[in-house]
Amino acid sequence: MYRPVRTAAWSAGLVVLLVVVSLISAALGPVRIDLVTVAMAMLNAIVVPAGVTVGSATVPVLGLSVPVPGLEYAAVFSFDVPATRQIIVANLRLPRIALAATVGLALAAAGTVMQGFFRNPLADPSIIGVSAGAAAGAVAAIAFPALVPFGGLHLSAFAGALATAFLVYAIATDGGRTPVATLLLAGVAVQAFLGAMISYMLVHSGDSLREAVFWMMGRLNNSQWGDVAFAFPITLVGVLVLCAFRRDLNVLLLGEEDAHHLGIEVERTKLLLLALASVITAAGVAVAGIIGFVGLVVPHIMRLVVGPDHRILLPTSALAGASFLVATDTIARAGPAVVPVGIITAALGAPFFLFLLTRREVHSV
Amino acid sequence: MTDADHRDDDREAGVGPDPVTVSVDGCSLAFGDLSVLEGISLTIEPGEFVGIIGPNGAGKTTLLRAISGALTPDTGSVTIDGIDVHDLSSRASSRLVSVVPQDTTLSFSFPVRDVVEMGRQPHRSRFSSPDPEDRAAVERALERTRTAELADRPIDEVSGGQRQRVVLAQAIAQETPVMVLDEPTASLDVNHQIETLELVRDLVAEGRTVVAAIHDLNLAARYCDRLVLLADGAVARDGPPASVLTGDALAASFDANAVVMPNPVTGTETVTAFRADRHADPHPERVHVVGSGAAAAGVVARLSTAGIDVTLGPVSSGDAAAETARSIGIECLETEPFATLSPAELEGAETLIRDAGVTVLADFVVGPGNRALLEVVDDAESLVLIETRPFEERNFAGSAARNRYESYRERAIEVPRRRVLDAVTAVGKNRSQSQPSPSIESTDE
Repeated sequence: MYRPVRTAAWSAGLVVLLVVVSLISAALGPVRIDLVTVAMAMLNAIVVPAGVTVGSATVPVLGLSVPVPGLEYAAVFSFDVPATRQIIVANLRLPRIALAATVGLALAAAGTVMQGFFRNPLADPSIIGVSAGAAAGAVAAIAFPALVPFGGLHLSAFAGALATAFLVYAIATDGGRTPVATLLLAGVAVQAFLGAMISYMLVHSGDSLREAVFWMMGRLNNSQWGDVAFAFPITLVGVLVLCAFRRDLNVLLLGEEDAHHLGIEVERTKLLLLALASVITAAGVAVAGIIGFVGLVVPHIMRLVVGPDHRILLPTSALAGASFLVATDTIARAGPAVVPVGIITAALGAPFFLFLLTRREVHSV
Repeated sequence: MTDADHRDDDREAGVGPDPVTVSVDGCSLAFGDLSVLEGISLTIEPGEFVGIIGPNGAGKTTLLRAISGALTPDTGSVTIDGIDVHDLSSRASSRLVSVVPQDTTLSFSFPVRDVVEMGRQPHRSRFSSPDPEDRAAVERALERTRTAELADRPIDEVSGGQRQRVVLAQAIAQETPVMVLDEPTASLDVNHQIETLELVRDLVAEGRTVVAAIHDLNLAARYCDRLVLLADGAVARDGPPASVLTGDALAASFDANAVVMPNPVTGTETVTAFRADRHADPHPERVHVVGSGAAAAGVVARLSTAGIDVTLGPVSSGDAAAETARSIGIECLETEPFATLSPAELEGAETLIRDAGVTVLADFVVGPGNRALLEVVDDAESLVLIETRPFEERNFAGSAARNRYESYRERAIEVPRRRVLDAVTAVGKNRSQSQPSPSIESTDE
């Protein structure tokens, strides 16, 4: 029978792994920094709210400038680290590592949920068109900035992703029921249509073609703390709520009718799982572009390691996905050639998946 | 739900969840234009084991799905103790009704115990780990279905029959007052069929209300308190097995000819069905059967269910053939066991043989007591011989009897038992067209 202790132990182990991988990743790059310095710089970067400031920012209300309170942060540690190294670690490498971890967490969690939800080993986070929608939004924002009125790239991609997910869900829903097979096919069709739209926009994108193509390859360069601030809270909340539905996901594997007889409000649960998985995927894709194979391969690997029970599979997959993307992004950034991380994940993930496939290790969820 | 402290005692004392009554009231249900259920009404009392029988496509599974709440009927309602199951949330209904579906898609490698544990889902809150009560319920269910030794095996590595028992265990762990089982014994071997149905009987004895679609009519008759025969989406018959399983009812619903007899071992109804025949046009002539034991019983049943007017005898009371004749209600000349045939009995036999167009000798056993019958058989217009064992083994009346019997071979046609209907029909046809002896191939067996 399921043992919560086992899940806790695996999760703790994977958190340690993530910290170690992050530490190593932060040490690597054009400037090599020794691990002790990295650790100290990372600790120096930790801040806590230390007080409230009033007056530094104002908003106009009825012609008056009203000050808004802001938080004041203070560093917890103050290790002696050379300023350049502190900046390299805290301002250049750490945000990228944090973003990679966030996106990896989101994609692996969403992939696990989608594979269970669709009872299909080929399902990935974008199966209902979230990535295609994000790409359409992003390419539109890049190629025709004038046409996208608000928010810029991230929001445009995020909105495109969610709009697509909602559209696919609405198309597949009939009479209060959303058959999974219809959802899958609607997703394929909508993705095909969006693919045409994206190609059309790329043809007419002129000078911004290169940027659009790079975005679609999935990349984490130029990551800012602001990106993390956008994606991390959404991902964290999404993954935590999904974790609360782990047992429902198990029971849904029996089929919807059986799940109903075991007390699952099937349509409501499906909608919630789909919405949460789509939102965290959208958040990840919006900041990082289309990074393939993380959401497909990581859940399969973890299923081999810890088994199919979502109570342990979901948290461990999510954490493993975070480490996986930090590691692959380190290769993308500090490897022999600087490339978009999506190329690395697919180049490593696909052969590995094929290896599992030929070993008959991957056959069902 | 009973108090956890009392539960083990309760189980020993045969008390389960609070008993409830299931009422199906005027349920009609159509899939598009196809009407599947038409105005079905049933009341299933607490502690009753109701078997739903009927031919394929009669609506058995649909009725079960309507009862379990998976399908909402177009008209009518299904209530459990007065509460409409379709008004309940999944969670509330899953505490009332558990379902063992016909086929389960368990193609992932969860350990068997975890699959059974899913049956506890309705009783657990979202964030709780299994509590001792859950664990106890799971272990009990595993033991009762004899799947405890499989508990740590992955569900996708156990056999189809084992899997079916695991799903039953899941439903038992759910501890609901109503259980709906769709073909719970379909892929089980014979010992597990019996084990499973006896377990279901125990569950019923504890106060559960059980509805099961069972396509094996003999098992249904043996274990169910009551049978509901569905035909074309309506209740054709409803009542104790003996009143539902009759030749007429089965002929009408299943489009098959069937003999229903008490099983000599269990005493419950046993159905033997035959194909609804192409010889459906009434055979004009009466057929008389002389013989005893299983062979004669089989011949009588086969001919009678094909709509042929059959007589039998003389045969000792208590013989299998006499029992069969009585069950299906055909004229039978019964005699005292081991007694010599009286002149009156011989005369009766002679009359029956003369009245019949065809006489069938089915493993006719000749002894001193019925030796005289051989001469009477001479009067038969046409003869069909059925032999499942050599005459030497059936002859206790010496060489004279053997010579007489052998002489019949010249004018009789010999066929294996299962071809008797063809032979009788062919003889009749040929004779009516006054053609020479028919050619019936009696090759196999």
